[in-house]
Amino acid sequence: MFNGMDPHWDLYLPALQETLYMVGWSIFLGTIIGIPLGVLLVITRPGHIFEQPVFYQITSTIINIIRSVPFIILLFALIPFTKLLIGTFIGVEGAIVPLVVYVAPYIARLMESALLEVDPGLIEAFQAMGATRRQIIFNVMLKESRPALVLSLTIAVIGLIDATAMAGIIGAGGLGNLAYRYGFQRWETLVMIITVIVLIVLVQLLQTAGNRIARSLRKD
Amino acid sequence: MYEDKHNRLQGGKALISVRNLEKVYGSGTNAVHAIKNANFEIEKGEIFGVIGFSGAGKSSLIRCINLLERPSSGEVVINGTDLTKLSSGELRKARRKIGMIFQHFNLLSSATVFDNVAAPLKLNKAPKEVIQRKVNELLEVVGLSKRAQAYPSQLSGGQKQRVAIARALANDPEILLCDEATSALDPQTTESILDLLLDINRKYNLTIMLITHEMHVVKKICDRVAVMEEGNIVEMGSVLEIFSSPRTATTKNFIRNIFDDQLPPGFLERVQHAPGSRIVRLTFIGESTGHPVLAELTEKFHLRPNILIGNITQIKETTFGYLVISLSGEATVLDEALEHVAERGIRAEVIHHV
Repeated sequence: MFNGMDPHWDLYLPALQETLYMVGWSIFLGTIIGIPLGVLLVITRPGHIFEQPVFYQITSTIINIIRSVPFIILLFALIPFTKLLIGTFIGVEGAIVPLVVYVAPYIARLMESALLEVDPGLIEAFQAMGATRRQIIFNVMLKESRPALVLSLTIAVIGLIDATAMAGIIGAGGLGNLAYRYGFQRWETLVMIITVIVLIVLVQLLQTAGNRIARSLRKD
Repeated sequence: MYEDKHNRLQGGKALISVRNLEKVYGSGTNAVHAIKNANFEIEKGEIFGVIGFSGAGKSSLIRCINLLERPSSGEVVINGTDLTKLSSGELRKARRKIGMIFQHFNLLSSATVFDNVAAPLKLNKAPKEVIQRKVNELLEVVGLSKRAQAYPSQLSGGQKQRVAIARALANDPEILLCDEATSALDPQTTESILDLLLDINRKYNLTIMLITHEMHVVKKICDRVAVMEEGNIVEMGSVLEIFSSPRTATTKNFIRNIFDDQLPPGFLERVQHAPGSRIVRLTFIGESTGHPVLAELTEKFHLRPNILIGNITQIKETTFGYLVISLSGEATVLDEALEHVAERGIRAEVIHHV
């Protein structure tokens, strides 16, 4: 059925590089924003070590709002913001801003649920030892939830790969863009299938790596 | 409420003084009065127990000592400093001298035994050599030197509690708070943990406050005990006093769980007694357990005591026991005989006249 179809072997490596570039920057920036945000979402809860009910409610609501907007809408809605921030809204760089806005609250929520798993008794034990809040966050909460944090970031990375495919529509490049242009716009099914296979392999590799790292960190 | 005579007489030497302590959770109609006007003192080197059923307020009470729970009112004075008046930085410093262990151990699952014990030292940024020396010394004390590189998940419950004890001792505390520390352990492990607590109490002259719902724990290691019920300290005194003359129904209940001193129902009716005989309860404490008092009753007063029921137990280092006997004879002879028994340091109470 693929008779006469050109697999375009030269397209995949640059597309993969573009995808990894976008995912890499977005996960990096998203983590820098998302982890502290996730920590804040936990410690400002009522009854926790830095109780700030108003801050918690507001932050939580904003995150919910961003999380409820479909990525494709976010992509277009953020065009003015992206343009203001980095001067352009197209291409790989243009895609990173909406990708970060998309993934940071997602990471924050994943962190939040991972950090909530930390036994309150353990936090209490460290309070009884005279630990500062900072020490409790770093020496107890983040340290204890490392396996869950790695798994959360793995989920976020895979979510980002999915999102970069959509970002392809605004000309962001990457594997998603390749599948869209060749597979959908030009009916070159073979390219689409190969792209999907590359994506499957990529996701498998990432998930396996994430699981391995998490397992090596897990001591209970 | 109940005043602690023992400590009032000693006056001023207490390491811990709790004064007019109140703890109320919530407000308005939903308010729960967890601690009602608690007053007590604990001396240096003492093991002080608080016993009560769940919900009695004992957990809130022990958490108020290091301010994990902030009292609604009242003072918690340790070494002359009222912790409730300290800034958060000063409080953190004060807490370093108060170790605490918990029912569920609360160890870092992601850290080795060594690193768990080292945790409080690392918080204080102690030098590496100090940490190395101190942790090894403490692991020696709790008997876990060989498991230094194990993770908590590889240890039994008793071993986990030993790690927690070593961790609690890392900053050379003056006080150790034990929050139901043996409640998650089986009886044998409980024994070994209690032995360890006694051991470190003597070795470091460490003051221990513990809360428990098991009278057995109190009996084995405590010097004094407070009984709590619905937020009130209803009874307080040396463990021997409490055992020999419990006043409240709750205390009697706790004692009965481990030391049955009740005659079976209907027992007195079934036993045949000569008219005029008396059922007497003799309580022996410490040295008096060594007197051959029954033989004396026979030889001196020509009475023939009939033993109905008896029991003996160990309260910390002191032997404590009782006998219920029936005695028959002339009233004057019986009075004289009981007076003689009392002179021997044995408490005699007539619990039944036939």
